[in-house]
Amino acid sequence: MQIGFNPLSQIQLSRRSACGSLLALAAWPAAAQFRVEISGVGATQLPIAIVRFRDEDKASQSPSAIIRADLERSGAFRAVDPGGASLDETSRPDMSQWRGRAADALVAGSVTRLADGRFDVRFKLWDVVKGNEIGGQSNAVDASELRLAAHRIADFIYEKLTGEKGVFSTRIAYVARSGQRHTLRVADADGENGQVALNSPQPIISPAWSPDGKELAYVSFERQKAVVFVHNVATGARRPIADFRGSNSAPAWAPDGERLVVTLSREGGSQLFTIGKNGGEPRRLTSSPAIDTEAEYTGDGRWIYFTSDRGGAPQIYRMAAGGGGAERVTFSGAYNISPAVSPDGKTLAYVTRSGNAFRLVVLDLATPGAQPQPITDTSDDEHPSFAPNGRLLIYATRAGGRSVLMTTTLDGKIKARLPSQTADLREPVWGPYGR
Amino acid sequence: MKTLHRHLLTAIAVASLAACSSVPLDSQAPVESRTGSTVVPGAGSGSGANSAGTSQTRVAPVDVTGTSNVNFTNLPKVVYFDFDSYVVKDDYRPVIEANAKALASNRRMHMSVQGHTDDRGSSEYNLALGQRRAEAVVKSLTLLGADPTQLEAVSFGEERPAVQGENEEAWAKNRRAELASR
Repeated sequence: MQIGFNPLSQIQLSRRSACGSLLALAAWPAAAQFRVEISGVGATQLPIAIVRFRDEDKASQSPSAIIRADLERSGAFRAVDPGGASLDETSRPDMSQWRGRAADALVAGSVTRLADGRFDVRFKLWDVVKGNEIGGQSNAVDASELRLAAHRIADFIYEKLTGEKGVFSTRIAYVARSGQRHTLRVADADGENGQVALNSPQPIISPAWSPDGKELAYVSFERQKAVVFVHNVATGARRPIADFRGSNSAPAWAPDGERLVVTLSREGGSQLFTIGKNGGEPRRLTSSPAIDTEAEYTGDGRWIYFTSDRGGAPQIYRMAAGGGGAERVTFSGAYNISPAVSPDGKTLAYVTRSGNAFRLVVLDLATPGAQPQPITDTSDDEHPSFAPNGRLLIYATRAGGRSVLMTTTLDGKIKARLPSQTADLREPVWGPYGR
Repeated sequence: MKTLHRHLLTAIAVASLAACSSVPLDSQAPVESRTGSTVVPGAGSGSGANSAGTSQTRVAPVDVTGTSNVNFTNLPKVVYFDFDSYVVKDDYRPVIEANAKALASNRRMHMSVQGHTDDRGSSEYNLALGQRRAEAVVKSLTLLGADPTQLEAVSFGEERPAVQGENEEAWAKNRRAELASR
């Protein structure tokens, strides 16, 4: 199923001006597709009707389309055609009519341009089944924040109707590679509104958000070898925190934001160390004759999951955050890499090799003896990262001869391909709440 | 001979044609002639980076009867690996032997061993795997007489493929360690 939204020329124009000088760095395509591709059908999806917001065509963004795409991508909702309904947040909708359309919930709103140039975005959410009003909000924002305002409305709706926090107003980071140019980008969770945080002639890999969402740690090869940097996204201030002999890589933040675990080869091999957020002397965590890398803390900070080939082939292991003995976590398959742990610590996502296919799987950690479940049918999956509510994963895969970014529900039933330019997009990582 | 070599290094430093090179290992390095003189590419012609007067008149003599670095640029420089392996196969023993011999016979020579992988799997595991490949080659070289201080192992993982392509032929050419001047 493909849901396409009419690309408004105003959207294109606004994005072009918003991106301004970045255009020179990242050849924005002339015909950027403003659409979400969804494949599969979720098991339980709440049917919701989202009416076009009154006067939204006078703004540069369409809140109703953004909200609809957000909710559908989550896998928890199914959009019901609102027909030609004309409603806003002040309306008293005829609930029997919406029950007739098989909608369980209804959203309407308006966009009003204020005298100071900002836009007042208002909406209301109704429970069609009970026939009552659930809530609504008014939010005055700059034109550049219209998309964010729509994502926040989607978060409100998601939380009211599912009881869990939405992730639509969070951000993602990823690396775009086009020829010899490598750019670290930050975008909205739907892949739109991408901005360049770092432009380099050398590769960039392994971005990792600080817990407060203000900084990115990553590996840059700008010094002709792998060096770990920490980069303040808002100011652009950046500092190398690990630049030792050999390779320095795979940064992952501890939940307290004070330390990171990194992979260093300065003492031979690739081993795990912790290091302060401003650098300093690292402390060694593992002492194996093997490769230990791709570490990630659990949300409670007690454990570290990582990839190691200490058993002869790469598998995922777990150890206490302070180091010490490690226990093997993956047993199915001879090549398992790139662990990502859900925020509640109950689910592990990783990449398994089967023949020449590298496929994203999820493993239920809470159920002893659980088997990994493949959730894609692609063969070059890489770099899974959990949304902060644990309900979605973002990952990279190959499609149409290039690397693209996808989101998926944990059951693999609802996938969305994020809008991509001509570049290869890799190394996605989902940022925290709190924007 | 050591003195002559030092002259050569000086000449190259002045010419600074090969940005990261301190010894004549790559194609931009001085051409050694059989008459015992060295011609620095670009010098005297006014082209290239060195238009400074001193470098255009300087000629560093080279002794070609020594064995240290004669034909070094012709030494094989690449070792290929199997998938997810950092075992240096017997096929590449001649590569290791030739380079180890060159390093052993000239302790001033330094090399960087750069490990690479194909682009399947994760960038981070591949970075570590490339590091392993580079370290395996360094170990093989030291076992045959090179000194560890002459060598540094680094990795580019899957980030610098030798060839593009999503097939076994391309992948096999990308799973490699390259020996480079340093």
